[in-house]
Amino acid sequence: MAKVALKLGDDISTDIIYPGRYMATVLPTETPQFAFVDDAEFNKKLKAKQVEPGSFIVAGKNFGCGSSREQAASCLTGWGLKVIAKNFARIFLQNSINVGLNMVICPNIEADEGDEIEIVNGKVKNITKGKEFDTVPLPKARQAIIDAGGLIPYTRKLITSGKK
Amino acid sequence: MGMTMVQKILAKAAGLPSVKVGDVVEPKVDLAMSHENGALVINQFNEIYQGTGQPANVWDPSRIAIIFDHRVPAESSKTATNQKKIREFVAKQGIAKFHDIRGDEGGICHQILPESGYDLPGQVIVGTDSHTTSHGALGAFSFGIGATEMASVWALGKVLNVEVPGTIKVVVNGTLPKYVEPKDIILHLIGKLTAEGANYKVIEFHGETVRKMSTSGRLVLCNMTVEAGATSGIVPPDKEIVRYLKQEAGVKNIPALFGPDADAQYEQVVEIDASKLEPQIAFPHTVDNVKPVGAAKGIKVQQIVIGSCTNGRLDDLAIAANILKGKKVARGVRMLVFPASTRIYQQALQKGYLATFMKAGAVVMNSGCGPCLGVHQGALADGDKALATTNRNFKGRMGNPNAEVYLSSSATAAASAITGEITDPRSLTASKAKTAKAAKKPIIARKPGSVKRSTSNVKRSTGKKKGRK
Repeated sequence: MAKVALKLGDDISTDIIYPGRYMATVLPTETPQFAFVDDAEFNKKLKAKQVEPGSFIVAGKNFGCGSSREQAASCLTGWGLKVIAKNFARIFLQNSINVGLNMVICPNIEADEGDEIEIVNGKVKNITKGKEFDTVPLPKARQAIIDAGGLIPYTRKLITSGKK
Repeated sequence: MGMTMVQKILAKAAGLPSVKVGDVVEPKVDLAMSHENGALVINQFNEIYQGTGQPANVWDPSRIAIIFDHRVPAESSKTATNQKKIREFVAKQGIAKFHDIRGDEGGICHQILPESGYDLPGQVIVGTDSHTTSHGALGAFSFGIGATEMASVWALGKVLNVEVPGTIKVVVNGTLPKYVEPKDIILHLIGKLTAEGANYKVIEFHGETVRKMSTSGRLVLCNMTVEAGATSGIVPPDKEIVRYLKQEAGVKNIPALFGPDADAQYEQVVEIDASKLEPQIAFPHTVDNVKPVGAAKGIKVQQIVIGSCTNGRLDDLAIAANILKGKKVARGVRMLVFPASTRIYQQALQKGYLATFMKAGAVVMNSGCGPCLGVHQGALADGDKALATTNRNFKGRMGNPNAEVYLSSSATAAASAITGEITDPRSLTASKAKTAKAAKKPIIARKPGSVKRSTSNVKRSTGKKKGRK
């Protein structure tokens, strides 16, 4: 069980999650400092460690639209954030799976900041609101990568097993 | 059952007789492109090999392209160091298709690839840039991926677990009216489909307007398909692509062309009548917030940007220069022009377009991505409004979340530079004609009619009555 730390609308672009002007910073160890940097209040909370790891960002449709910049996924992973959205833009979804960002596709999600959320048996439970929402499984084609813990360990396994 | 363009390309690249939508395939990659984010790809690539006891060598250095374009020349020591790291990797791995910061062969990746003859019809192309969709203009299946995905491609030479996407067929017929451009077609389409309307799908372009369109115009269409969420855009290749590859990209061996099957299955068909289209504007802060230019009339702008991987090609510069010739950029407006490649820059220099821009008061910048995504020059002030020929107007895009970006064609941007407010380029020529007539003798130094799209310089032919042969 964890709290909704940030509630967002539709079409949240990678420019909002991780503005282009910080793209020269690439390493997953360094990107979290710029997560939602133009939302000064939320960014400050993150840096002050006032957002518990495991907290949720809840968003509408097309979360992560725009750029292919992987920083937009790695900056969230770095804070241990999880994202629940009505759906995700393609490249962001793939990047998130590749770098191990925890994400849930939940087309009818209703939640507000501060709500307590639990994910049980493929359902999102909003404990505060006493409601439950179905989720859509992540693309089955990517399940093996998720199971391996991301694309780096997955590709590494292919190389060492000679399946290259 | 018949296959779409992308199904056929994926079947070929995966060594299968056919594929259906939803099949999971691992296509071989013909070309893998990165820019400065190659620094992250290198990091992830080395990490893949950590502890394997195997040397971290790329699968095929001849199929990797790295083009410096996002921050050129480097705006900070951090970028410069990233670029140095990439240069060292390129040298060590023997990567041939490397375009450094140079005035002879530099530029934006989505122009460098086609003009250098790297893009070929029927290929599978991946790039660590969302606008990699552009290269579908040459009949390739070309899509954006992240840096870790690219590291895996560098290691394996294929993309893992690709789900065969469904396809939306877009049919554009009719002659584009004067000052209505391919950019207006794609903005209109994104407005119709919405920013997520083509998510996980491919947009395949058909119709006489597309057939008559130059490669340059097709690049505009495919470039922005990602703004409707599409995995890629694609135009079935034809004789125009053969012309472009031979004449402009110096390609000698062109692979056999193929189109989709006649009985290919499409998830949706969208028809557009180009002859009824008006100049379009994407209002802040989403690219699907599209309205005809009239709805933006009178919106004052402080910055005009003409350039980028979307509209920084020679025909864009030609149409803008024709509109601006002998005119002045309004006071209080900063006009920035950045050609898509240094080759285009040189051509525009020879044709006098750059002199026209400078005499009008515009600043001509070097080729690169900088202003479009707010990473390098051209940042906006709080409260500023910009009209740009670029591809995104997201909040914060041009370096400031407290500013607004509107998107348009090159003609609309040039016309608006003169007036200082968003202006229908058709109104500008109408009022000019009236003024000239009233004064009896020409008050403009130009020959009447010279504001028309020049037939000798402009390769994009959709606005002309005489179609391309």
